[in-house]
Amino acid sequence: MTESGVEPGATAAPEPDRKLDLGPVGHLGDRLFGGLARGSGGLVVLIVAFVGVFLLALAIPALADDRSSFLFSRIWEPGGAEPRFGIAALFYTTVISSIIAMLIAVPIAIGVALFVTYYAPKRLAAPVAHAVDLLATVPSIIYGLWGILFFAPILRPVIDGLDGALGWIPVFEKPLGDNVGVVFTASVVLAIMILPVVTAISREIFQQTPIAHREGALALGATKWEMIRMAVLPYGRSGVVSASMLGLGRALGETVAVLIILSVPNGNDPWNPSIFAGGETFASKIANNAAEFDSPEKTGAYIAAGLVLFVVTFLVNSAARIIVDRSAPGGKRPRRNRSAGGAAAKEGAVA
Amino acid sequence: MTTLAANKPAYDGQTLDLTGKSGARAFRNTLATVLITLAFVLALIPLLWILWTVISKGYNLLFDAGWWGESQRGITVRREGGGAYHAIMGTLIMGLITALIAVPIAILGAIYLVEYGKGTRAAKVVSFMIDILTGVPSIVAALFVYAVWITVFGFNRVGFAVSLSLVLLMLPVVLRSTEEMLKLVPDELREASYALGVPKWKTILKVVVPTAFGGIVTGVMLGLARVMGETAPLLILVGYSKNINLNPFDGFMGALPTMINQDRTELALEPAADRVWAAALTLILLILALNLLARLIARFSTIKSK
Repeated sequence: MTESGVEPGATAAPEPDRKLDLGPVGHLGDRLFGGLARGSGGLVVLIVAFVGVFLLALAIPALADDRSSFLFSRIWEPGGAEPRFGIAALFYTTVISSIIAMLIAVPIAIGVALFVTYYAPKRLAAPVAHAVDLLATVPSIIYGLWGILFFAPILRPVIDGLDGALGWIPVFEKPLGDNVGVVFTASVVLAIMILPVVTAISREIFQQTPIAHREGALALGATKWEMIRMAVLPYGRSGVVSASMLGLGRALGETVAVLIILSVPNGNDPWNPSIFAGGETFASKIANNAAEFDSPEKTGAYIAAGLVLFVVTFLVNSAARIIVDRSAPGGKRPRRNRSAGGAAAKEGAVA
Repeated sequence: MTTLAANKPAYDGQTLDLTGKSGARAFRNTLATVLITLAFVLALIPLLWILWTVISKGYNLLFDAGWWGESQRGITVRREGGGAYHAIMGTLIMGLITALIAVPIAILGAIYLVEYGKGTRAAKVVSFMIDILTGVPSIVAALFVYAVWITVFGFNRVGFAVSLSLVLLMLPVVLRSTEEMLKLVPDELREASYALGVPKWKTILKVVVPTAFGGIVTGVMLGLARVMGETAPLLILVGYSKNINLNPFDGFMGALPTMINQDRTELALEPAADRVWAAALTLILLILALNLLARLIARFSTIKSK
């Protein structure tokens, strides 16, 4: 700074009496803009708090009037003078369909992620990754339509086969009739829908496996698969787990695809735990009965159900977040690697 | 090496024999390759199948001028004709309002996280809340807006209510991607600006945000693409109208997802089925266009960090 007149070589000690004059400093602008930014941050917190508080405030009066056990009853009759509603059946269908979706999607997603990162030819890898990401851009209503019209019929032999082999377990027992709008069908379609989420995150994690781990394994004569098993998979384990949790969160809350696919059981039918029967999830139940939101009483019952869904997805998603934070590759403490991957690599070094 | 050798007994069970490629090892390697490739093929099948279904069944009507310019006014499921103009406009209008509300909050929120609140406890709370918002299912967002907009305030079911619920879904997507982009802006740029005596807010507006602009736009496009296909809020918060209604504050409003939903129970009838698939194709094309645009912008405006 020439204006301060400090000679070159002299130590630039701050001179209190010679302040730099840079014109108006613009404290006002800073305060305004900073305030706006802070306000937006605060707004996000407020919105989430509002969601929770409003849902709770509207659900509580309905819950207070509920004549059956909200958590353990399977009956859903929120109208009437003596409202009775419970979420047990909804909870069961929501959770079991999402878990089956995970069981199908996660192994395939790991395969796809490995294919893109380590098997596909270099030039193909990027387009191939984009192709899988495309699956995520298909709106869920189209998944639902395609799922029930075109995909469900080819699942019929699978359903019959599982029923034949495992039908003695109530969960796999096929009820009479050739209904394909069943929990199992919804699960498979959900699996396809969450595949891109799980794949994208797993892909990123696998890509970050340190090159030294991989080359170390290969240099020792490991086959490609052994390299993946010793170096890549242990390194990416926590990432894959959290990716799966995020996929699970997505599956739990999916509405329209499930709504279109699942056939709603008749009110008089006894409850059927089978995955080859119809049913309703939290989300599909709420969407199915939007027309019923005519009294605060009934609306409250559905809002209470929505609140449970909110809490469940919240728990699942925060679990995913905690796993990511605690053991992100390149993060603070890659604990798992040391015990599994690192050990195997060391072992290889000795051998 | 000696220290490693001392560790050896602990892992005895896992010792790999890596001398020579035994038949079993080669076989396992081949098996893994086959399975992994198979997983990929398996994942592509539904994608190609869905695209094929929608394109082959929906392309016909798209070449019809009426499809882009007319509504479904007065047209029943059994009758051919009409178009998707009302639904396309509805989807665009609701998307646009959503973006107008969500984008400023998201960008300012990201600026707060990266420039002002970095490392503070308040920023951590905000960040945590964004994570929660990311996981909120669309039906819960819709139910929340229903509770506020209709149950508490007593307003009607209108397009604007849908936009409000979509804001909840779009906000975290845009905020997170903007945050990532702002983080990529090299600190040297900020420091250079501060050194010239530029106040912080001007540095952010004139240096940081323009540098990250391409990435921010990409995030906005992806966020918009995500919410445009949402159906659940439409089902709960606005009725479907076959007529053209461009006013988001009054009356029911058509949208592509609800246009599909409207006729999906009548797929046995050819005119209805044609319209359903054409609407589906239009919706996919709209979302795809946004995605491609986002990718294109991203490609030409990556921040070069040395």
